[in-house]
Amino acid sequence: MRFLPAGDLAVCVELGEAISVEVNTRVRALEFLIQQKGLTGVVETVPAYSSLLVYYDPRAIGYEPLCAGIAELVPQATTAVLPPPRVVELPCCYDDSELGFDLVGAAKRLELSTDDVVRLHAGAEYLVYFIGFTPGLPYMTGMPERITIPRLDTPRTKTPPGSVGIGGIQCCIYSVESPGGFWILGRTPVPLYDPSASEPTLLRPGDRVRFRRIDRSEYDSIGAAVAARSYQPVIS
Amino acid sequence: MIRILDAGPQTTVQDLGRTGQMRYGIPPSGPVDRFAFVLTNRLVGNPDTAAALECTLMGPRFEVTAAGAFAVTGADMPVTVNGQAAAGWSTIALKAGDVVKLGPARTGVRSYIGFAGGLDVPLVLGSRSTYLRGRIGGLQGRALRKGDELAVLASGAVPPRRVVRDAIPDYTVEPTVRAVLGPQADRFTDHGLRALFGGRYEVLPQSDRMGSRLRGPRIEHARGHDIISDGIALGSIQVPGDGQPIVLLVDRQSTGGYTKVATICSSDIWRVGQARPGQSLRFQAIPVDEAHRLLRESDRALEAAVREESA
Repeated sequence: MRFLPAGDLAVCVELGEAISVEVNTRVRALEFLIQQKGLTGVVETVPAYSSLLVYYDPRAIGYEPLCAGIAELVPQATTAVLPPPRVVELPCCYDDSELGFDLVGAAKRLELSTDDVVRLHAGAEYLVYFIGFTPGLPYMTGMPERITIPRLDTPRTKTPPGSVGIGGIQCCIYSVESPGGFWILGRTPVPLYDPSASEPTLLRPGDRVRFRRIDRSEYDSIGAAVAARSYQPVIS
Repeated sequence: MIRILDAGPQTTVQDLGRTGQMRYGIPPSGPVDRFAFVLTNRLVGNPDTAAALECTLMGPRFEVTAAGAFAVTGADMPVTVNGQAAAGWSTIALKAGDVVKLGPARTGVRSYIGFAGGLDVPLVLGSRSTYLRGRIGGLQGRALRKGDELAVLASGAVPPRRVVRDAIPDYTVEPTVRAVLGPQADRFTDHGLRALFGGRYEVLPQSDRMGSRLRGPRIEHARGHDIISDGIALGSIQVPGDGQPIVLLVDRQSTGGYTKVATICSSDIWRVGQARPGQSLRFQAIPVDEAHRLLRESDRALEAAVREESA
């Protein structure tokens, strides 16, 4: 464990130097404990793969006492303290070249049929390590090894929101139109970021995500329900 | 009510910013120059948290439909009321129908216009601040446009106040910006650190509320410029592969995968935000304790900055 100063208002608590479910679980457990105990002076927390950025008010607590208070919680930061994860089901249309525009290319690269790629991808459960980069964008793991694939040689400048992509051992869903280097296998009609909603972001760190394969007509009908504000995401 | 006759290149509603949303990827937003922002609110008798306008390089022209008071702080944009010059850094009374104009900034980048009572736009996730890329807060999540109307919350009578001369910054001076090393200072060579703290860095025009892009002596990495993505604090000096720094500001991405050599002290962020493209700045490394001392000093300076006008 290392405490790395990040200016006068934040400290980065590094719990490991690898991307692993084990380290990330400790990061989220530490965040949960800090929030639950209402640690003096803590303003807000941002989990990432293997570290937690803790924003604090130096008028309320000094750097050393803050780090000492956090260090005391680290041994207790295990899966056991975390509440049960939410499971979020995201409908995803793979079978339309307009939406999953890299599916054929990825299948070719992986030497699999497109159907195998979709079955493998939709059959897995994903863990949201953290949210970052753009509002509501999940960094996820849980990809079947057989579909790990190097990122695109040339990142594209625009990826439509809702695009479900894979790259390396990771899966991500673009929350707003942005550049990106992932292979896009499909698209979900459920917005991950909706500026007009009272809670604009759908996913949270620690959520489990399952994809449900849908066809284009269901994609369009869910899209229409989303637009009419009558769609309720499936969260258990 | 305030009716916008000309909006200026980028005028947005800001308050002190959003808290607790970075874990969902939503940055705090709020004023780039918190010092000038707080002062404009204090000049018109508002709490520091009231919403005001942030204008970039050039101000708006607007008409008020009711009597009230306003103040302008920050970048030196010439202020006129019905064509008559008015003073910045002081309370200015307005009557219904008055037309106010802020011209192009002579020094600095960002001006703040505070209105007695504060601007009345809906709270989004606890804040009135505009986050342009995320299209939330302020007026419909966007910069102001000609024809927009903004409501102002009710206020009591406002005694005239001014900011004392000593507290008004000179934005033409090349600033020395204090920074705390880390979180990834160990990823840079001694040569790279000497470059950062010995050189001069010029502000590039591609700078915005997300980050200030700088150009100067290359900040050399010891081993690779990529890290396992982590959270990005206000004022982080991020250094990608080209060795050129980017200072991350209020609309920054919440996490990122580039090394961050040092983090600018919160009490010096405004110096970066008010440096114009082409202006340069220097960096100085200080320990965390010293940064906290500077913050307390800056709080005290704010307390002492505003005086009641003696009639």
